[in-house]
Order: sequence, then C-alpha cells, then structure tokens
Amino acid sequence: MKHRLLTGLLMASSILGSAGIALAQDTTLTIESWRNDDLAIWQEKLIPAFEAKNPGIKVVFAPTAPTEYNAALNAKLDAGSAGDLITCRPFDASLELFKKGQLADLTSLAGMENFSDVAKSAWQTDDGKASFCVPMASVIHGFIYNKEAFDKLGITPPATEEEFFAALDKIKADGTYIPMAMGTKDLWEAATMGYQNIGPNYWKGEEGRLALIKGEQKLTDADWVAPYTTLAKWKPYLGDGFEAQSYPDSQNLFTLGRAAIFPAGSWEISVFNTQAQFKMGAFPPPVQKAGDTCYISDHNDIGIGLNAKSKNADAAKTFLTWVASPDFATIYANALPGFFSLNSAAVKMEDPLAQEFVSWREKCKPTIRSTYQVLSRGTPNLENETWVKSANVINGTETPEAAAAELQKGLDSWYKPAK
Amino acid sequence: MSEQSLEHSQDKRPTRWHIAVFLAPALLVYTAVMILPLFGTLQLSLFRSVDNVQVFTGFDNFRTLFGDPRWSASFWNALGNNTWFFIIHMLVQNPIGILLAALLSSPKLRFSAFYRTAIFIPTILSFVIVGFAWKLILSPLWGVAPNLLDLVGLKSLFVPWLGKEEYALTALSLISVWQFVGIPMMLIYAAMLSIPDEVIEAAECDGVTGFSQFWKIKLPLILPSIGIISILTFVGNFNAFDLIYSAQGALAGPNYATDILGTFLYRTFFGFQLQTGDPNMGATIASMMFFIILTGVCVYLFLIQTRLRRYQF
Amino acid sequence: MSKAATSLPRTIGAHAILLTYTVIALFPVIVIVVNSFKSRAAIFRSPLTLPTAETFDLVGYTTVMAQGDFIQYFQNSLTVTVASLFFVLLFGAMAAFALSEYRFKGNTIMGLYLALGIMIPIRLGTVAILQLMVASGLVNTLTALILVYTAQGLPLAVFILSEFMKQVSDDLKNAGRIDGLSEYRIFFRLVLPLVRPAMATVAVFTMIPIWNDLWFPLILAPGEATKTVTLGAQVFIGQFVTNWNAVLAALSLAILPVLVLYLFFSRQLIRGITSGAVK
Repeated sequence: MKHRLLTGLLMASSILGSAGIALAQDTTLTIESWRNDDLAIWQEKLIPAFEAKNPGIKVVFAPTAPTEYNAALNAKLDAGSAGDLITCRPFDASLELFKKGQLADLTSLAGMENFSDVAKSAWQTDDGKASFCVPMASVIHGFIYNKEAFDKLGITPPATEEEFFAALDKIKADGTYIPMAMGTKDLWEAATMGYQNIGPNYWKGEEGRLALIKGEQKLTDADWVAPYTTLAKWKPYLGDGFEAQSYPDSQNLFTLGRAAIFPAGSWEISVFNTQAQFKMGAFPPPVQKAGDTCYISDHNDIGIGLNAKSKNADAAKTFLTWVASPDFATIYANALPGFFSLNSAAVKMEDPLAQEFVSWREKCKPTIRSTYQVLSRGTPNLENETWVKSANVINGTETPEAAAAELQKGLDSWYKPAK
Repeated sequence: MSEQSLEHSQDKRPTRWHIAVFLAPALLVYTAVMILPLFGTLQLSLFRSVDNVQVFTGFDNFRTLFGDPRWSASFWNALGNNTWFFIIHMLVQNPIGILLAALLSSPKLRFSAFYRTAIFIPTILSFVIVGFAWKLILSPLWGVAPNLLDLVGLKSLFVPWLGKEEYALTALSLISVWQFVGIPMMLIYAAMLSIPDEVIEAAECDGVTGFSQFWKIKLPLILPSIGIISILTFVGNFNAFDLIYSAQGALAGPNYATDILGTFLYRTFFGFQLQTGDPNMGATIASMMFFIILTGVCVYLFLIQTRLRRYQF
Repeated sequence: MSKAATSLPRTIGAHAILLTYTVIALFPVIVIVVNSFKSRAAIFRSPLTLPTAETFDLVGYTTVMAQGDFIQYFQNSLTVTVASLFFVLLFGAMAAFALSEYRFKGNTIMGLYLALGIMIPIRLGTVAILQLMVASGLVNTLTALILVYTAQGLPLAVFILSEFMKQVSDDLKNAGRIDGLSEYRIFFRLVLPLVRPAMATVAVFTMIPIWNDLWFPLILAPGEATKTVTLGAQVFIGQFVTNWNAVLAALSLAILPVLVLYLFFSRQLIRGITSGAVK
C-alpha cells in the first residue's frame, strides 16, 4: 500500500495527465492514441471493464487526431511527457521508437503467448527476437456495396475483374447511382482503398511482397504495374469532381445511398452501420480470371506498447496483459466491428458484415500492405510516395508505368536489399 | 533607424538604467522561450544522427538539400509554390485591402462601422474553420459552389479546383487572401485616419478630391504603412503552413502542387505517417527559410524603409 | 470637415464595392451556421436554402453538447489569450520605446535580434520548449501556453510599435522632460496614449494566432482541464468527421465566441484608432 501511495504521489508530481492530480491515491495510466473515433468505446466499455477487475488503477484514454498523432507523440516522447501506454502504428514507425529506447521490451509480458508469430510480426525487431507492442487488431480490405442498389439492377457481387467492370458499366448506364464512391483528394484513399486493396491479387500476396523486400522483384515488374493499370480504369466510374472529393465526402456519398460500391477497409463497418439506411454487403477484391487464388490484405493495424520512461510500469503491464487476454478481444471486436482481433482465441462476432469480411480469411490468402515492412524506412518514404502516385494514376495525370518507375527510382535511392 | 528621434538621447547621464528596465522583460521571455529553443533546433542542421548520437557534419545537410536531385526538386518546388503564393497576396490581398480602407475612411460614408466589422470577420476565424468551410463550399459533392454557378447558368465552369494540380495552389492562395484581407485593410485604415484633417482640407481647397486626392495626397502619406504590410505579408507567406495543412493535408496534394516551405518543413521535421521525422534535414530546411526571410527583411530595412519618408504629425 | 460635395454615383459605387465584399466575406460563415440547423438529408440536398419547418433540426447541437465541456474550453482560451495579450502589449511597448527613443550601443543589433523571431516559426523549437516546460513542471498548465504566446507575439509587437513610436513628436517628449517627468512617466503618460491605434492593431494581430493555435495546446496542454476551444473543436471534428450535423454545429459554436469577443473588441479597437489618432 505504501508503495502504491508513493508511486501515486510521484505520478501526481510528474503531471502526466490532469486526472492524475485529482486521484493521487490511485495509479493513473494515460493511453496515447490516434483513434479518436473510439473515445466513447474506451470510456464506456473497455476502461470500466478493466477498472472493475483492477481496483486502484485508473485509465485515461487521451486520443490525438490521426494526422497529428505521430508528430505530437514523438515530441512528447522526446521531452518525456508522453503517456504510459502508447498505441503503436505497425512496423517501421514503432520499430523506430523501440530502437530509440522509447518503447519497452514486452517479449516476456504475460499474455504474449496468446498471439501467433504472424500477429506479432508487425511489432517485432527484424530478427523476431524482441516484441514491443501487444497486437490489438487487424483490418481487411474489400468492397462494401449497397445491397438494395445491386438487387434493383440485378447485379450479383462480382468475383472476377471482368464481372466487376461489367457491374460498374451496368450501374453507370442505369444512372441512378454513382458506380463507385472514391475520391483522390486525400491521397491515402487512392493508395489504401485502391492500390493496397486490389494489389495482392496481382503480386500474389506475401510471395510478391517478400520478393520485393529481397530485391527479387521490382515495382516496375508487370505484377506491380498491373494494379495501377486497373486503377486507371476506375476513373470513369467515380463521381463528378472526384479529384476534390475527400474521404468523408466518399463516406457520405455512399451512406446517403448515392453511390453503389465503396472500396473499403473493414474499419468502415461501424460507421456505416450507424449512418446507412439500407442493407449492405461486401465482396473481396475480384480476381483476374475465374479460378485464380484470391489474396486479401489482412493488415495488422493497431498494437499497444509501454512507454519505456513510464513511472507506472507495473500497472501498465497489468493493463497490457489484460489487453492480451481473450476477454479484451471479445469486447473490442464486438464494440468495433471491422477491427479484427489478432488473439489466437476465436472471437465470436455478432455483426454480419464483419463476419463476411472475416470469412475471406478461409478462402483467400492473407497478406499485409506491401509498403509497410522495411520498405518505408528511408527517404523518400515508399508509403507516402505510393499515396501521391496512386492519386496521380487515377487522376490520369501520370501513366501507370511512369508512376511505377518513379517509385522504384525513389526506393533504389536508399534501399539496398540484403543479398 | 530614424534620425531625428534619436538625436537627444546622446545626453549626459552615464548609465541610463531605464533603457535596461524597458528592454529587460521582453528580452528575458523572448530569449528563454523562443530564441534558445529555436537556435537549439537550427544548429541541428549542422549535425547528423548516427545511432542516436548527433555527429557534426558541417554543411553536408545543405549539400544534400541542394545536391540530391530528390531533395532539391522538392525544395525548389516548394519555394516556387511559395513565391506564387506570395505574389497572389501582393497582387490581390494588398490592393483590395487598400481599396477597402480608402472607401471606408471617407468621412461621410454611412454604415462604415458595419462594413469594417463584417469584412474583418474571416480574419478572426481559425484555420480549422476556414479550411473546413472552403472544402465544403468547393466540394463537388456538397455542391455550394456548383449550385451557385448553376444559378447564374455557368455550371459548366465548375472545376474541382482543390483537386486539380493546375488550380489548387491558386485556389488556396485566394482562400488565404479571403481570410487575411482584413489585416492590410485595418492597418491602412488606421494610417488614413491619422492623416490630419488640415492636409485633406488644404487639398480640397485646391480642388484635389476623390481619386486624385487619394493618389496624390493620401497614398504618399500611407506609404510607410504599405511598406510594413508588404514585409508582414512576405514574412507571413513564407512562414505559412496551417491553411494548406488543414485543407490539403501534410502531403500538400495533388502531387505536391500545393507544397510550400512550411508544409515541406513540417513533413520533414516531424515526419508523416510511416515517414519518421528527420530533425536534421528539417532544421536544414528551416535554416533556408530563415535565410530567405532574413534576406527579405534586410532588403526592406536597408533599401526600402530608409527611402520612405516618415512624417511626424 | 471636407465641404466638397461627394457625388452620388461615387457614393453608390463605394457602397456597391463594400457590399459586394461584405457578402464575399460573410458567405462561407453564413453557409456553415445556416446548415448547422438543418437535418442531414437537407444539408446535402439543398445547402443554399434556409431551414424550413421540415428541415429544421438541432441534432448537431445536441450531439456537441453531450460531448466535451465547451464552456470550460472557452474559459481556457479566454484566459490564455487575454493574459498573453497583456504581456505582449506591455513588454512589447516598453522594448519598442527603448529602441525607438534612445540611442545606445547595440540599438540596431538589439532591434534585429528582437526581429529574428518573426522569421522562424516558433513551432520548430517545440521539443526544446516542451523540455523546458517539463523541467519547470508547467506541462498541462495554462501558464506554459501564456509564456509561449508572449514570446511568440513580442517580435511583431516590437516591430510594429517601434515603427509607430518613431512618429510621436519629439517636441512633446522634450517638453515633458523639461517639466521634470521621469522617462517612465514619459512612456506611460505621454507616449502610450499616443500610440493607442498601433496598440489596438498589435492586439488584433496578436490575438488571432493565439486564439486559433492548435499546435501548442496539443503539445503543451492537451489535458481535459486545460484544453482550448480550438483544440476541442479539432478533436471533435476528427471524431465526427462524417457526422456533418455535428461538425457544422461544432464549427458554429467555435465561431460564435470569437465573433462575440471580436464584436466587443472591435468597438474598442476602432475607438482606440480614432481617439488616439494624432491630429
């Protein structure tokens, strides 16, 4: 008790969060996160569930807008005023923090055994020896469609690319709906919902991704240019002025029932459920020819780690162990349908759309986004360049070949694959 | 520095403590909270981080910035865009500001308080609001701009301006002009009000009125204020960041068409998404911005300001 | 007063120009406020119409009110802005007076030194400033923000004020000296009242970036108790980015206090400009 009082006092004097001052007798943990959308879920479901089981530990969820998160977090970590628990971006960004000694080593944390190596891979050193974040969730790419629109026009979810474009043509000819809701203004939409969504079918998922890292394939190879060629064909099916259409615009276009198909990430599910007044369905990225193996992007997206300078490391580890438990996985996956648990224990999900997405794991081969591991460690940053180039290709201001050549040139300027 | 006003001060008292007293509080706060942290950052441009240790590398970072084709392309692109941003402000914002101030300051104008207040309102809004409001208005989906053009039968003129490489920067510059036109207006307005009535009356007795009065009498008298406004516009524009950031994001799309020095610096210094921040290169860019602005301010202080006649009333 | 008759066409022309510009200036603000009172479907269907009986909807406001403590945020913003403004004006005017009034060794250098700050964005010093605040225990206090904003506002204040102070008549000050007034009295009694219009200008210049700043509140004082209105609105917009009712309501609410504050200060400002104008 005395120890706890002492840490409490230390905590209060270190002013880590305003709440810390008021509750000196409890340990207060502050979570840094970019998920400001999830504020209510943390406050109403996750934190009460944890606090009920762990009296004496209070948790404050303190999100920052996603665009400022990395910059603000880095400044706070450098100055020593960051929260105890850090929400981790996958791969290189968090690895960098670990290398700087700002994230603690969690390899031996109780609960880490609940995760497979694949799940942990996003938050490990290259040799796989040290883990520094507890995996929380992955997201899956695909297409969400307006079921009523499809029924009315007599369209069934397309399985091949040919069927996909036939469907788009049919929607366009009918004219009631904009065939596809996507804009290029926010750049990342084009790269993430476009390139990374359909790409794995062309570069054969992990096979191509790892070959790219090893230097056996290049972005100028046919398999890597092909997704751009397909993306370029999307242009006529997007809404008027899609060049200035932002991501929220696209979401509204779809949920207001004005567009038929939304190239999506599974995280949309909870937002769409509350806003759309019609039935929705989902289909995985169409394959090139019937019978081809399908690949999906099942991307480790969120983890949570421990600030190496935290004064409440013990309490924080208790919290992290809870995050690694099946209990947390069940609450989280159901509160946020579309964020799929990485826990090895099977999680039962209620949401039909989320079930549809997760069912693709059985028939398709999963991979992660091609630019996230290793390839985004230098400048120019491959991920950020991919945003710009994907938007250019859809806008028609750059040819697929030219975009790919530029990307490869940028990568070559700093990346030397290990031989 | 102005000549006449400094004359008398070469006087007898040996230590003039009051000078120190007048300067001390400003110097103290300014040095501790601004200058020291800033120079702490700028000196990083001479270092490189190797295994988390800062190693002195002289001007290597500057060589990278100008020698490496990618870095230099980004830098010149940002500088070019920034210059265009500044030119639009000088050609649009300041003339409009002067025009509005001249109209407002005419003594018999009714409702001038209303106009003055209303026109200044955009200036008090935050970038978050301005960026968001204009994105809505120019949004092809929401359609305020297309609807308005439709009303006058010009719907075909609508272009998704913010998404087109050739228009986006100009559109954003004009939004910035919209937001800040109140500042030159207020400054010129204050300057015009301080022109003594006798001067105006004398002019009117000589039959100099209206436009020629403005051109021949008032304009020369407000030239120092126009000078200040120009240099403030210069400094403000080359430090600009927030509007572009809130409207177009840190990658200043489409295809870096709206990238100015401020956004380029932010991206490099703090990083963005998967790109981790590079304080050394960031500091290098910041140093370049600093030199550019310093040059501009020196040109103003030593070439322009000394030639402007200052009137004591 | 001028006696030359201002011709009618000219007056009409002036009003036409001013009115046109007023419409341009206010239009975006009005669009936001008007649409914040409409239902979601109506916002998208007909953004340019006023809310009618069917389309009137306050759902945005109820969402906003249920979230976050906007009154508290507003108080924080007000405290920070007013305190910083006070220090910027006082310290800035004092330094500007010293620079424009006395000839001493290093005067020019000092002027340049104080002007350096307008050439580099203070944002660059973030990490060092944050370390300073952590070391002095000021993180998550409004004092930290006030210190930063005072430092940030000073260069421009000194720059503008010294420009104006040079225009104050020497005869007046010398008369004061002959009457035996101390330098401090000359500054506070004679010079300060004369540069009131410049002070009002500096006040407006200083106030706007402080009120609207997002970065330093985010870094130095992100706690719930010290959140400013701009930061609150930003977090809110991020959270409800697709809920346009809520976003428009939040924006309207963020505009309102500044607007009231400005309308209040605007009268002071103009009174300052007109009464202080040296005739």
